[in-house]
Amino acid sequence: MKTMRIVNVAVGGQGNLLASNLLGQAALDSGVPVVVSEIHGMAQRGGVVESAIILGGARSPVVADGEADIIVSFEPVETMRILNKANRDTLVLTNTRPLPPFTVAIGAAPYPDTTEALKVVGRKVGKLIAFDGQDLAEQAENPLSLNMVMLGALFATGELAVPVKSIKKMIRQNTKKRFVPSNIKAFDLGYKAALAA
Amino acid sequence: MDKLLTTSGGRQQLLLGNEAIVRGALEAGVAFVTCYPGTPSSEVPDTFYRLRKQNPGATRYYFEYSTNEKVALECAAGAAVAGLRTMCTMKHVGVNVAADPLMTLAYVGVNAGMVILTADDPSLFSSQNEQDNRYYARLSGLPLLEPVGPAELKEVTKYAFSLSEELGLPVLMRTTTRVNHAREPVPFQRLPKTKTQGKFEKAPFQYVTVPAVSRNLHLKLLAAQKQALAISEKSDLNKIFGSGKLGVITSGVSVNYVLDAVDDLGAKKKIKVLKLGFSWPLPEKKIARFLKSVDKVLVVEEGEPIVEEAVNAIANRCGAKCDIGGKQMWKFPPVSVDVERPKFLSRAFEYNPRMVREVMAKYFGLKQQAPRPVSLKGIPDLPGRPPNLCAGCPHRATFYAVKEVVGPDAIHPTDIGCYTLGLLPPISMADFLICMGSSVSSSGGLSFATGKKTVSFIGDSTFFHSGLTGLVNAVHNNHDFTLVILDNGTTAMTGHQPNPGVDTEALGDPTTHIDIEQVVRGLGVQHVTTIKPFKVRSAMAAIQKAVDFKGVSVIISQELCPLYARRVAPKTKRPFAVNPNKCKGHLDCIQKVACPAMFLDDQGKAQINPLQCIGCALCAQICPENAILPVKAKA
Repeated sequence: MKTMRIVNVAVGGQGNLLASNLLGQAALDSGVPVVVSEIHGMAQRGGVVESAIILGGARSPVVADGEADIIVSFEPVETMRILNKANRDTLVLTNTRPLPPFTVAIGAAPYPDTTEALKVVGRKVGKLIAFDGQDLAEQAENPLSLNMVMLGALFATGELAVPVKSIKKMIRQNTKKRFVPSNIKAFDLGYKAALAA
Repeated sequence: MDKLLTTSGGRQQLLLGNEAIVRGALEAGVAFVTCYPGTPSSEVPDTFYRLRKQNPGATRYYFEYSTNEKVALECAAGAAVAGLRTMCTMKHVGVNVAADPLMTLAYVGVNAGMVILTADDPSLFSSQNEQDNRYYARLSGLPLLEPVGPAELKEVTKYAFSLSEELGLPVLMRTTTRVNHAREPVPFQRLPKTKTQGKFEKAPFQYVTVPAVSRNLHLKLLAAQKQALAISEKSDLNKIFGSGKLGVITSGVSVNYVLDAVDDLGAKKKIKVLKLGFSWPLPEKKIARFLKSVDKVLVVEEGEPIVEEAVNAIANRCGAKCDIGGKQMWKFPPVSVDVERPKFLSRAFEYNPRMVREVMAKYFGLKQQAPRPVSLKGIPDLPGRPPNLCAGCPHRATFYAVKEVVGPDAIHPTDIGCYTLGLLPPISMADFLICMGSSVSSSGGLSFATGKKTVSFIGDSTFFHSGLTGLVNAVHNNHDFTLVILDNGTTAMTGHQPNPGVDTEALGDPTTHIDIEQVVRGLGVQHVTTIKPFKVRSAMAAIQKAVDFKGVSVIISQELCPLYARRVAPKTKRPFAVNPNKCKGHLDCIQKVACPAMFLDDQGKAQINPLQCIGCALCAQICPENAILPVKAKA
C-alpha cells in the first residue's frame, strides 16, 4: 500500500485533534495501517495545532518538510504557515474564512489578503481546493463542525484508502449524540464542496 | 465501560502512546500509581485518574496526583518495597526533582515491579530545557527501556514490571514527545487480577541507608546491573532488522525514521539496523558482533551522543575496524529550530524522517529521491499566533493590578504555569525563571543584589510543588519581596489536574483540601492578604500595602480558572460591550491587558466579541470613560 502523509493544521478550538483521531479510527476500522501524531500543549490558549496522519504502513509519526501528500488547513493564514510541508505535487485543502490571530485583533500586525495569497499557493502546489468551510458548518447548523466539513472534503479527494462508510461510522460512534446529525451534514457539505471545487 | 478497561484480549484499539502506557500497566496488574503531571507525560496520570473516577468498581489500583515528583517517587517506593506493583510518572525535568530518592532507591531496590516513566521533550514543545534523561540510567545504575511507538509502549510497560521483579530494581522507561503523543493500533491482552494488599517485613539492615548498610547495597546494585547486562544481551528489544555490510545503530523514536529511510532508499539488503530498546546496560557483546559484521556504521539517536560514545569505546575494545559516524559533537545548528530545522545529526532539537534519510544517504553514498519543499517566495508576511491568556483569565487582572501599583521597573521572578505567558507584551511581567519554585527563592537573591522592588508570581499547584521550602527560607532569612500566589483553584496549564489547594468537594474527590492562606501564615509570613483580582480597586489597595511592607509579604489572588470553572459550575455572567457613544478611543482596554475577546473595528475602536467574553469586567474597570457595560439581558 502506498504511503499517504496527511498534515492537518488548525487554530486551537477548531477541532483538529478530533478530526485526526476519527480518521485514525476509521483507518483501523477498515484495516489500513495508520499512525497519528499530535502536538498538544497550548491548544486551548489560541495557538496553532498541528497533527499528522500517516496511512499505508510507514512507521514515522511525523511528516517532514516537503513530504506532505495532502495538507488540510482549517484557516487560510495557517495554510501559508504550513506550506513548507508541501511539494509541487501536494494537494492542499483549505478553509478560506479567516480567524484573525490576536496580534491582528489588537492592531499589532496586519492580516494579509488571503484571497491573493491563496492564488500564489495554488500555483506552487499540485492542486488547491479552497472554499468557505465555516459557511458550510453554519449551513449544517453547527458552527463548531468545521472539522467535519474538512474531513468531508478530504474524503472527496478519493486519495484515501479508507472508505467513506468507515469515517461516517466513526463520526456516529465517537462524537456527541446530539451533534451526530449536524456533523454528518457538515461532512456531506464539505464532501460536495470539494468535489465541486 | 472504557475501552482501556476491556478485560479480555485479542482486539486492537487506536491508542495514544500515553494511553498505551496505562493499558500496559493495567495488563501488568499495577496496584499503586503516583505522579506529578507535565507535558508530554500528563495523559498517563490523567487517564489513570479518569478511569478510577468513572469506574470505581472496575479499577483496583490506588492513584494519586502527588505534590511533586520527589514525593511521588518516595510514596511509590513505600508501596513497592511493601510488595505492590507500582508506577510513577513524570516529565524529564521532574526526574531532577525526584533525583534524590532515585539514586538511593536504586541501592535499596524494590520487592515488586516498579516502573518509573520519564517523558523527555526534544525540541522543547512544552518545557524549559531538553535534557537527555538517558543519563539518569547511567547515573543511578537502573535499567532503561526505550519504546518507539504506542504498540511497543504497551508491551514494554508490561514487560518492565516483570524485569523490575527479576532484578529487584525499579526500571526506567524513557519516552519522548513524539512517542507519547503518537496514536496507532495497539493489540490488547487480558487484564489480570490485581494484588492490592502488600506486606512489609522489617529488615532495617537492607532498607535503612546508613553508611554501613549502603556500602553493601552499592555492591548489590552493581551485581544487579551485571545481571541486567546479561538480560540486555539476550533481549528481543535489542533487535537487528535487514542485512548488509552497512549498519545503523539507533534508539527511541529515531528507530522509526531509520527503518522508514531504509525502505525509502530501497536498501533492506544493504543496510542492517540494530535497534536498541533495552538501552542500559547496553548489550556490549551484541554491539561488538554487529560492529564486526559491517564496514560502516552510523549511530542515530536524538539528544546527547550517549550510545555513540559507548559504540566507539566498544569498537576500540573489540577491535572492530568499521568506520563509525554520528553526531558532530561541536557543530551546533546556527539558529533555533523555530527558524530552521537542523540538517545534520545535532545534539540540539528533535530529528525528522527527511533529515535522517538524507544523512543516511550521504553517509552510505546511496542515491535518494525526495520531493523538494515548495519555495515560499510570494507568500506574504504572516501575523504570529502566539498563545495568550484566555478571555476572562484572572491572571490578567492580577498582572494589571500589580503593574499599576509597582510600575514597569519592579523585578518579576515568575514560575511554571499559564502565567508564564505574562512574559509576552503588553503584560511583560516575567523577568526570571529556571524551574518549578524558582520564583520564590530567586526573589531573595534578586532583591538583595539590586535593592529593587521585587514582586514574584507562582501558581497554586507550583506553590505546593516547590514553593513551600523557598518561602520558609525567605521568612527565616529576612528576605524582602512580595510573592503573589495566583490561586486559580486548579493545575490549569497541564490540563486541570487537582492539587492540594483545590475545592475537593466540587470535584467529588475523596481528598483533603489544604488552605493556602493558612499554610502561608503557618510558615511564618507576617503580611498575608487574599484578594479577588476582578475587584480591581480593592486588589490594588491590598497590593500597595503588601509591597510597602518591609520583609516577606504574600498576596493570594483567588479566582477560578475560567476553563475549569466552566466544567465545575455553569456560566452565569453576561458578556460586556463597548458603548460607541461613550468610547473616546483611549484603547487602555486593548493596550494594557490584551484580552483575546477584544478587537479593533474598522474605525480603530475597541469592540468585544460576545461569544468569547465571559463577563469578568476587568476592561470595564480600566476604561477611563466607563464605556464598557454588560450586554442587556434579552427581554
